[in-house]
Amino acid sequence: MTPQTGQLHMEKILKVFGPVTALKNATFSTRPGTVHALCGENGAGKSTLMKILSGVYQPDGGKIVMDDREIEFKNPGQALDAGISMLYQELDLAEDLTVYENIFLGNELISRIPLVVNRREMISRTAELCRQNGFDIQPTAMIKSLTLGQCQIVELLKALMRKAKIIVMDEPTSSLTESEAQRLFKIVKDLRTQGLTIIYISHRMEEVIQLADDISVLRDGEIVATGSLADMNISTIVKHMVGRELDDFFPPRHTKIGEIYFQAIGLKSNEGVQEVSFDVRRGEIVGMAGLVGAGRTEVARTIFGLQQLTAGHMKLDNKPVKIKHPSDAIKKGIALLTEDRKRSGLCTILPCSWNMTLPNYTQINMKYFLKLSKERQLCEKFGQKVSVKWSHPNAPANSLSGGNQQKILVGRWLMANSEFMIFDEPTRGIDIGAKKEIYHLLNELAAENKAILFISSELPELFGVCDRILVMRRGRLVGDLKTQETTPEKVMHLAAVEE
Amino acid sequence: MGRLAKQLLPFFSLIFVIVLWSILDTSGNFLTFRNFQNVLMRSTPNMIIAAGMTYVIITAGIDLSVGSLLAFCGMIGSLTMLLISGGTWEQIAGGKPVELTAIAMMAGTMSSILAGGLCGLANGMLITRLKLAPFIVTLGAMSIFRGASYLMNHSKSYAVSDYEWLDMGEVTILSSFHIPSSVLLMIIVLLIAGFILKYTRFGRYTYAIGSNVQTAFHAGVNVKGVLVATYTMTGAPTGLAAMIITSRASGPQPTAGLMLELDIIAAVIIGGCSPSGGRGSILGTIVGTLLIQFLRNGLTMLKVEANVQLVVVGAIIILAVTADQIATKRES
Ligand SMILES: Nc1ncnc2c1ncn2[C@@H]1O[C@H](COP(=O)(O)OP(=O)(O)OP(=O)(O)O)[C@@H](O)[C@H]1O
Ligand SMILES: [Mg+2]
Repeated sequence: MTPQTGQLHMEKILKVFGPVTALKNATFSTRPGTVHALCGENGAGKSTLMKILSGVYQPDGGKIVMDDREIEFKNPGQALDAGISMLYQELDLAEDLTVYENIFLGNELISRIPLVVNRREMISRTAELCRQNGFDIQPTAMIKSLTLGQCQIVELLKALMRKAKIIVMDEPTSSLTESEAQRLFKIVKDLRTQGLTIIYISHRMEEVIQLADDISVLRDGEIVATGSLADMNISTIVKHMVGRELDDFFPPRHTKIGEIYFQAIGLKSNEGVQEVSFDVRRGEIVGMAGLVGAGRTEVARTIFGLQQLTAGHMKLDNKPVKIKHPSDAIKKGIALLTEDRKRSGLCTILPCSWNMTLPNYTQINMKYFLKLSKERQLCEKFGQKVSVKWSHPNAPANSLSGGNQQKILVGRWLMANSEFMIFDEPTRGIDIGAKKEIYHLLNELAAENKAILFISSELPELFGVCDRILVMRRGRLVGDLKTQETTPEKVMHLAAVEE
Repeated sequence: MGRLAKQLLPFFSLIFVIVLWSILDTSGNFLTFRNFQNVLMRSTPNMIIAAGMTYVIITAGIDLSVGSLLAFCGMIGSLTMLLISGGTWEQIAGGKPVELTAIAMMAGTMSSILAGGLCGLANGMLITRLKLAPFIVTLGAMSIFRGASYLMNHSKSYAVSDYEWLDMGEVTILSSFHIPSSVLLMIIVLLIAGFILKYTRFGRYTYAIGSNVQTAFHAGVNVKGVLVATYTMTGAPTGLAAMIITSRASGPQPTAGLMLELDIIAAVIIGGCSPSGGRGSILGTIVGTLLIQFLRNGLTMLKVEANVQLVVVGAIIILAVTADQIATKRES
């Protein structure tokens, strides 16, 4: 196996899911030793094309040629053997197993005694690999104790351990912080110099520009542009993606900021929140920045009654509130869009419409009895608001592309019409056009006098939409800055540096 | 296998079984109105219990105790009836006939339903408060209820031969159409169960819990409350079914409902409920129950012995679960 193999050509790939044609005649090739970016809107077919490459789906037409040989994968195992590894968009780890067990799953090292796995060797190899790449992960930690960002790294370790020739990364940075992402880029570049091919799917144009050698753009199941990155710039790529120019990316902020609505006073929780105090006013969008593990999600969870408040209290509209359970929070008009849509956001096998109305029955006047036709109308209305692409509101949520699943969740909380909304990474996995729509939606919500807390790891979007930015580090609030009076450098500095 | 194909599978299997038996049966007894009526009558108690079980399985739970609970409730209901009718302990224990009053029969029926509901409630409480696996709790309960039914009258039955109306009492609808009361009760239970599952918030919550407990909790669902309710909603109909069987057999048997949980769970799963939760419907359960009943009916008619029937039903459960697993895998 010389590293110079891995020339890939996918020709006229066709894939149909019932009434949906996900891919029509998509032709796609990569060169060894390059990073090939794959761009496109939500539902364009990027994940589907790559799942065909990695053996998850079988194409309904077309062929795959690797190193001048036509290949056909019946399952992901065969693709892995052929040297193709994929990091899935929806993380795919066994929650109840440890890091090293996941990395060697299905590929366990056997000790000298037959059938007995060599635990020690697997642990030490995992630790070695972590050390080489500068990842701080315990090989014996349970997956369910890890954050999303850490899970992503485990997925990457898995592919590296398999010594793949082609690694597909489906939105790998969507759950990583700035510094983790930078480390990932370094690894990607290293892998490229080793002669591997990296197929890189991302909605973040800056990353694509920074990393890729070649780029292909998918639109509605077809490759509409492909070539060397040197021949393209962001605006031409975006134009290929959405079929038009995109302006006014961030909405102009000039809503009137009102009274203090939500107040957190000395919030403390055993799971990573230490005396956090802040407030959010009506009509205000407050951003929250920090690294993974800084405790931003934990603050949101504490407010929402998902983890126990050990000290401190909260006020809504100047009245103290007690929230012990998410249902209390929802009753009080608080919404939380979770960052982890697969674990705690969606019931993936249930219809999209059911997912949208799940917390909202009281709100939409169906406290005990449902009115199915009204429910459908509502879902269509809110689906349109977030421009979700579905074959039908009653299609199961897992038949949607990743970004469209996220839109379902945004639609759910818009329907809740809460007064205080917490959005934890709402643009995760959302395409550039839809991102813009979400920023505009946030702006509209603020204009309707709602109080908004916007947690994000992407500084540009925080600076683009927020009035104020809170910075967290190690469970503490270390900064409360007016957006106009600060800079991304200053926020990064606060988030990362120990005094 | 697509989702739609999978939903239609139980219907086709039912038709297949009926056609198959019609061909195999040479006596000409199978394809008769009487036989179909007979199958329907036999399936009433099962349908009633399976309606509740559908909820439990949609939440990804299971209730193994329904067979034993059936026996226990029958004993409780009959004892209540006899006591209220003024029977003395000697009379009751000795199986001497006691004249039953209408009030006593009513009260007995109610107490059986109540006992079933309370036992289901207890199951649900143990599962949610102590965070025990439904499988373990209801396995234990299965043994407890069975033991209790034997203990109630030294392994003997009670004599309540007058208690007939719940099974065969005829109800007249539209002045000319007669329908046995047990069938009417079954229809009412199925309609209510189907309505709640499809048209209420509570029904949605059961699906949400079965599909992803975490998500349900995040969306403000009172997960424990809903789970307790589903087990209670399995227990209470079991109490009703117990009285139908008591009425049919002219007395309760401590051995009643042996292995009944097998038929019920098989019916529900064949009807399209996924043991891993989040899927299922009352219509599917109805079809599943009829399928099992026709299967047994045909096998009996072909003089296949009961023990072989056990093997067949067991194999069918495994087949149905396998089909579900394959469909689920395909999807993800
Ligand atoms: N299992 C499935 N069943 C039915 N339809 C599907 C299935 N998987 C994908 N689709 C449909 O195929 C189309 C392409 O989906 P795909 O997941 O490839 O999009 P994507 O480009 O990866 O989008 P995103 O950026 O949102 O992840 C979508 O319209 C989606 O609804
Ligand atoms: Mg995708």
